[in-house]
Amino acid sequence: MKHLTEYRDARLVKRLLERLRKTVSKKWHIMEVCGGQTHGLVRHGILDMLPPEISMIHGPGCPVCVTPVSHIDTAVSLALDHNVILCSFGDMLRVPGSSGSLLQARAQGADVRVVYAPYEAVQLAQQQPDREVVFFAVGFETTAPANALSVLQAHQLGLKNYSLLTAHVLVPPAMTAIMSDPETRVNAFLAAGHVCAVTGMQVYEPFVKRWQVPVVVTGFEPVDLLQGICTAAELLESSRAELVNQYRRAVHPEGNPFAIKTADAVFEKSLREWRGIGEIPESGLRLRSVWSAFDAFQKFGINPELPAASTAAQQQQCRSGEVMKGLIKPAQCQYFGTGCTPETPLGAPMVSSEGACAAYYQYVGGWHHES
Amino acid sequence: MCLAIPGKVLSVSPVADEVNRPAVVSFGGIRRDVNLCFVPQAQPGDYVLVHVGVALSVVDEAEAEETFRYLKQIGELDELGPESEEAPGSPAPQKARPAPPKSAQA
Repeated sequence: MKHLTEYRDARLVKRLLERLRKTVSKKWHIMEVCGGQTHGLVRHGILDMLPPEISMIHGPGCPVCVTPVSHIDTAVSLALDHNVILCSFGDMLRVPGSSGSLLQARAQGADVRVVYAPYEAVQLAQQQPDREVVFFAVGFETTAPANALSVLQAHQLGLKNYSLLTAHVLVPPAMTAIMSDPETRVNAFLAAGHVCAVTGMQVYEPFVKRWQVPVVVTGFEPVDLLQGICTAAELLESSRAELVNQYRRAVHPEGNPFAIKTADAVFEKSLREWRGIGEIPESGLRLRSVWSAFDAFQKFGINPELPAASTAAQQQQCRSGEVMKGLIKPAQCQYFGTGCTPETPLGAPMVSSEGACAAYYQYVGGWHHES
Repeated sequence: MCLAIPGKVLSVSPVADEVNRPAVVSFGGIRRDVNLCFVPQAQPGDYVLVHVGVALSVVDEAEAEETFRYLKQIGELDELGPESEEAPGSPAPQKARPAPPKSAQA
């Protein structure tokens, strides 16, 4: 497929690896922010090809992994107790809440449906005017514009039975939270390419200035990932904290103004709890009051800031916070591969296809004990 | 969750407004309905990056070719031996470059 397969060219991968080996002179920890990048690194076996000086840390860029238990519980209760049609992207279905997952709710008779685009949920609401349709709107800045668009489309169609259960998260505040953690070991970041295709790159300039770490906007294919890692390594070796765009074919410095405008028209920033990390100010999105008719929290009288009890319940064993802050690798968790497997996940990183633990379990076999 | 796939725009509906610009996009032969309202400049023949049914950007062919020219070049230079003085990892460091005339500028 054009603009995809050519970025999987083994000769180019080899060349970039050779260049990387010549570049590095000491140990560097590089965080790839996006779960899609994590998956690309693991699935293509790139982690095992990297020189020992490069240690990749898997960042919090998997919106499924960071969705707090309270939001999963809200979706499950909406599906079970409010007779709604609960629409969601597929990877949210198996994430364990404190009283089960959406998949288990479906097994108990709840109407839970998988959609590939939010617009499919809008069409469902149009086809079934007597049923309430709730779309579980999860994702980063990449997905927010399409979810916001679905509200505008439902409004244009005059629909009264469509609403969003919003669980959006934003990347820069999470990167700041990681750098603010004294334990963090991150020396450079591979920024999430598709988030930047929407937001542009300038939003990262103050971050680079403040933390003096290189940030390389990177794509998702092997050649993209290795070129991103090479660029970060060259900047680190020459002590240059710069913002560089590797993913130039898709990311324009100003991003996509139409997508930004749509997301801003429907959502506003809010305090958000990140599963395994805790509360981060201005790190989430909620519907603006003008769109409250499309807000499932208000429509069904649910308090978005549920009491900490449900957060405490989530601390159980899952060490997703440490994995996502780069303090441990999945295989270093005592539950990895034993008490915690894709069939019996203790936390979201083992369930979500973009979670670091699921990627390690599926492709690495969990024997990656590198510190 | 943030994955976006490049596809070729085959046709764009003439009936469009601010929230709907229906188009047919081919992903290696698989045709899908995609909303191009975020990329009004996209035309049939362009490649667009599609995420959850919506196109987020037009793939910049010139940038794609330049990246490949650079990648091939680092192969020859490494075989020659001495390190070149190029900017790290990208053909030219992209600071605040003016928007290219016909490209991903949305």
